[in-house]
Amino acid sequence: MSKKIATREAYGEALIELGSQNKDVVVLDADLSKSTKTAGFAKNYPERFFNVGIAEQNLVGMAAGLAAAGKIPFASTFAMFATGRAFEIIRNSVGYPNLNVKICATHAGLTVGEDGASHQALEDIACMRVIPNMTVIVPADALEAKQAIHAVAEMTGPAYVRLGRSGVPSVNEESNYQFEIGKGVTLKEGNDITIIATGIMVSEALEAADILNEKGVSARVINIHTIKPIDQEMIIKAAKETGAIVTAEEHNIIGGLGSAVSEVISEGYPVPLKRVGTMDTFGESGKPADLLKKYGLTKENIVDTVLETIKRKK
Amino acid sequence: MNNITISELQERATSIRKNIIEMLHESGSGHPGGSLSAADILTVLFFHEMNLDPKNPKLDNRDRFVLSKGHAAPVLYATLVEKGFFPKEELFKLRKINAMLQGHPDMKGTPGVEMSTGSLGQGFSAACGMAIAGKLDKKDARVYALLGDGELQEGLVWEAAMSASHYKLDNLTAIVDYNRLQIDGFNDDVMGVNPVDDKFKAFGWHVIEVDGHSIDALIRVFDEAKNTKGKPTAIIAKTIKGKGVSFMENAVEWHGTAPSEDDKAQALKELGGEK
Repeated sequence: MSKKIATREAYGEALIELGSQNKDVVVLDADLSKSTKTAGFAKNYPERFFNVGIAEQNLVGMAAGLAAAGKIPFASTFAMFATGRAFEIIRNSVGYPNLNVKICATHAGLTVGEDGASHQALEDIACMRVIPNMTVIVPADALEAKQAIHAVAEMTGPAYVRLGRSGVPSVNEESNYQFEIGKGVTLKEGNDITIIATGIMVSEALEAADILNEKGVSARVINIHTIKPIDQEMIIKAAKETGAIVTAEEHNIIGGLGSAVSEVISEGYPVPLKRVGTMDTFGESGKPADLLKKYGLTKENIVDTVLETIKRKK
Repeated sequence: MNNITISELQERATSIRKNIIEMLHESGSGHPGGSLSAADILTVLFFHEMNLDPKNPKLDNRDRFVLSKGHAAPVLYATLVEKGFFPKEELFKLRKINAMLQGHPDMKGTPGVEMSTGSLGQGFSAACGMAIAGKLDKKDARVYALLGDGELQEGLVWEAAMSASHYKLDNLTAIVDYNRLQIDGFNDDVMGVNPVDDKFKAFGWHVIEVDGHSIDALIRVFDEAKNTKGKPTAIIAKTIKGKGVSFMENAVEWHGTAPSEDDKAQALKELGGEK
């Protein structure tokens, strides 16, 4: 695999591109522009960049007002503060009036690392996907993140894009990858079981599939980058064709990708399913790789869960 | 600025107050006290101050009004009807299922409503965003946000106030409907907000106090706000909750209670003057 790039880096680059392409694009940040990578946009387009200070509620409220007046605001801070502290403003001032605000939050999940549990959002997908009108996207690599940012700029309506702090390997091929909101990506064919992953867990899922292959298990790997609207068709097809599903996400097993996939298959085509994610617990300080290991978010955890789940197939 | 006399404006305000009473009686729930206290402020804004076209609610260079104290929706709806944004019949479907007029303002469904509000503090924050957009687009249009005095207890209000002066939003005017009451009683007893003027001054705003029921005084302070450059203006409008209906005035129980048939008859009688 090629060198690891954080999805937040791609976000910063995409914003600079958007800045030149569309004069209506404005960017807001809450004193974290160096971390969220909006600083590049700020440097290139200072008149369209608004640092609201350490005030996440106002970050979202002002973005809503800018959108109501025809702008395309990208509002950024850490995922914890965007979706936690400002939740109700997102719900009432963005979701309810269906305003064209893009919440692009970085430092999601355990891979925040050393800052610890207070900064590790493990519930943001759940919080955002329950808001009507909200599109929820979790890019798996830098290429996907960049395309996703352009895609949300082109769509009309609220969107949440979940970005990470740490570098992730690329899972998509640069030459022919075409991101499309709501369309899952089958990265590997397989017949015995399907691993459905999102965000940083997509690369782990691909490696898990290689290990499983050596064990004689043919695992399909699907990247669900759009948690909402979710690609029901692809998920049901996988349930039908492979008969079992394991989900993997850097998020609480409650309310995120695993829950969303469970909802789809329990109503559409029930098959054995098991979720890999944090087990309804908070994180802690540590190196990202150590945290992923401790909290059960590695390729080995996926392999074990697949082997367990495959036994339940009828 | 619109060409209209003080007495004509007073007649408009009375008509708006009567419609507030009638619609709240019909709906059986809602907020009369804080609607009546703001009637003169909205009258001056919509009939004297603001550039609006009821036939074209999305007029490009329009002024924008945000009802940050969204529970006073009846005064906004009655004012929009008075101005001709939609027919009066809509008022009597307020808060009913399938109706256009929601319990709190809904920008998606109601012509003339610039922002969906109801959760306090958020409309003010959005108004700051609108004012920034106006600056970016180099428009001379203005943004007005009406806040309750109880609303000032919301932390978001002060985040927004800080940003408005930081960004020198002199195209933004905040009006505080200072009626001293909130649901649980007097502000002073629930959570003191005073001194409101010094708070806004400390946050970098130009502050003007005014009798919120004096039409000509309101006209003057909106002029002063417009002519104040380099900083936003906060108008502290001293008002009487329930203004115009004796038994509702300064009575906390009329914050969120609908008038009965008898209450309505009495209120309309007191408001008197035909339009």
